[in-house]
Amino acid sequence: MPLFKVGVVVTYKRELRDPEGETIRRDLLLKTGYDRVASVRTGKYFEFYVNTNSPEEALSYIKEMCSKLRIFNPIVHVLEVVNIAEDSSN
Amino acid sequence: MPRIAVIKFPGTNCDEDVVNAFKRIGSSVEAKVVWYKEFNEKDWDAIIIPGGFSYGDWLRAGAIAARTHTMEKIRRSVEKGIPVLGICNGFQILVEAGLLPGALLPNEHGKFVCRWTRTVIENPKGPWLTLASSGEELDMPVAHGEGRFYIDYESYSLLEKESSILRYMKGYNPNGSIYDVAGITSRDGLVFGLMPHPERAVGRELVPRGFNPGGEVVFRSIEFSLKKGW
Repeated sequence: MPLFKVGVVVTYKRELRDPEGETIRRDLLLKTGYDRVASVRTGKYFEFYVNTNSPEEALSYIKEMCSKLRIFNPIVHVLEVVNIAEDSSN
Repeated sequence: MPRIAVIKFPGTNCDEDVVNAFKRIGSSVEAKVVWYKEFNEKDWDAIIIPGGFSYGDWLRAGAIAARTHTMEKIRRSVEKGIPVLGICNGFQILVEAGLLPGALLPNEHGKFVCRWTRTVIENPKGPWLTLASSGEELDMPVAHGEGRFYIDYESYSLLEKESSILRYMKGYNPNGSIYDVAGITSRDGLVFGLMPHPERAVGRELVPRGFNPGGEVVFRSIEFSLKKGW
């Protein structure tokens, strides 16, 4: 069975403040002159390596797992699958 | 004699303080620290999930503990009418497990906060607040990095109508919580979760000048409730 890499990013919903992103902008970017950056939002990146027959199957497996185990919290987070590819490293 | 389980997950560190709080108020309940794997739901009349850093706060504070087999047992206990209290990380676990509504986000100022706060209890109900009166000021310290309560307006309206709300007084919201919420109960009051530490606000010698020992009423209430009902 092939191995697929599924990359997932969890971020806060737009309407929620992100103190980490705000601090990075205010205390690092603006203080060092990178004042063209209007906003910073942070998140958490996960890479799941999953044994399935197809990329579609890998995607639905991981999505279901993330919801069921609350890898993200739907009240405050948005989950986005950012990449999916067959893992050729082995 | 009523028996209260104080659940210890890997990383929980306020368990002994909670047991000690019952001793400090001269309570006759039997409060015991129980390692999460050894928790047997049949043995206990009430359950407390104390503060700390279960599973190192990885993923999100409380998120991993919330998916343990122990939390499934605690969910069943709640269905059978056993009172559950979650303090700080315990509150985070209850919210992550869906036993209380809302979410707890990283503090708005981005820093860990450790200080005394003043809170007010509104509409006290259930076994943890039997002896509290509505509008009573309860002072307690907070110590957390992820305590910013968040809830959508619709769920909040229900909460305000049906549950008890512990609210930070004006000027004492330490983390940017929406509507100044410090703690909430379930609709029947059986489950109570709060960010402040009642076990650190018991007895005069723990309380700084100008504040009251606001945690005592929680421990006195549960003893009263387990003996006389609520």
